[in-house]
Amino acid sequence: MKLYSPVLFLVFSLLFCEVAAQNDKMALVKGGVYLPLYGAENKTVKVEPFLMDIYPVTNTDYLKFVEEYPQWKKSNVKPLFADKSYLTNWKDDETFQGLPNAPVTNVSWFAAKKYCECQGKRLPTMDEWEFAAMANEKMQDARRIETYNQYILNWYETPKTFNNPIGETFKNYWGIYDLHGLVWEWTLDFNSVLISGESRKDVDKDSNLFCGSAAIGASDLMNYAAFMRYAFRGSMKARYSSQNLGFRCAKDVEN
Amino acid sequence: MNNFKYLAIVIALTAFFSCNNNSEKNVDTADTAKVKKTESEAIPEMSIYNLPSHWTNQNGEEIELKDLQGKVVVMVMIYTTCKAACPRLVADMRNIEKQVPEEKKDDVQYVFVSIDPETDTPERLKAFSKENEMEDEKWLFLRGTEADTREFAAVLAVSYKEISPMDFSHSNIISVFNHKGEMVHQQEGLGVDNKETVQTIIDLAK
Repeated sequence: MKLYSPVLFLVFSLLFCEVAAQNDKMALVKGGVYLPLYGAENKTVKVEPFLMDIYPVTNTDYLKFVEEYPQWKKSNVKPLFADKSYLTNWKDDETFQGLPNAPVTNVSWFAAKKYCECQGKRLPTMDEWEFAAMANEKMQDARRIETYNQYILNWYETPKTFNNPIGETFKNYWGIYDLHGLVWEWTLDFNSVLISGESRKDVDKDSNLFCGSAAIGASDLMNYAAFMRYAFRGSMKARYSSQNLGFRCAKDVEN
Repeated sequence: MNNFKYLAIVIALTAFFSCNNNSEKNVDTADTAKVKKTESEAIPEMSIYNLPSHWTNQNGEEIELKDLQGKVVVMVMIYTTCKAACPRLVADMRNIEKQVPEEKKDDVQYVFVSIDPETDTPERLKAFSKENEMEDEKWLFLRGTEADTREFAAVLAVSYKEISPMDFSHSNIISVFNHKGEMVHQQEGLGVDNKETVQTIIDLAK
């Protein structure tokens, strides 16, 4: 018992430190109302305040995770939860390639979701992600600003940005980096996108694959940059992974 | 009795939220009794029975997906307040069921999973089953947490989005699983030719 108490104390303080450290790396997004590109037509969405990781999850972060939860190692992962391209660049179960502080990619939605849950966090919802990502350095909503859109489009044309380290793109209004310019990111409800992609059968609004398909229309077709992102999400399945797709976690604000 | 209910909820929540190895092991041990019956048949890696989600059926009973193991499962995601596509999906399911020969009917379980767990309480699901004359045991209506529902939809590659408090858009997909929970076939669309779906079920069912 004498031995246990200090050990327990140490464990708890470590746990506490870890939790505190994690929150340090998160930024508060104050929330608000915004008009998403897709969803109910011309209907604004209210986003509650939430915390978001300042940076995407890195190779080093992810290595720590698979060491702790070996069922998510490359050779152990169940194919229901990740397809063959899961961590495809890793030399073996515990050796990633590329920079330690480059974003981890080639992870499935299940893996990303689990990672966040194991940090006491969760994946951001698509509305949260989009809300945070419409900011530039100065403004909460920069979607009408030409330079903002040009930045994203330039990025789309730049090859292999997934090899870059985190934190080298701009710091946005909320203090968050890399929402644009590095990798695309998983969202909790990526499968709420009902535009072309999932089956490629919904090219017309009469497609019988979707009910209520007429409700989906771009509220701003000019916003090609965002359209690409939604289309990509719509084309993904939860067990898929991709070289240019990483993730970061979010958290509710505790009162 | 109420205490037990709470205990069950707490256990369910713990199981759901936990992510460390130890607690998963605990869950495994708790299930050993069930698993032992089918000891020789481990859950295949692509089986939906790997999902640790918990559900409530139309009778208010708690079930795990795993409990469906051993039957051919035909699954669709709907919500009961849906006016457009869901009645047609329900009709499609009924239509499929009709074409399965009598001697194989007992081996097939038809499952409706709600994408609107907030509205679709067990009572609401029960009422829905009555309205649609689907009170036989072969029709199962499930609701889970929002998170489990989202995850399950991800597995079925079903997309859905709430477009108003009363309405969702969602993909219309009927999925067929074998006795071990591996997806064998998916039928996409409303009122489409279901010949292949029916044939898959007949081939699988004993």
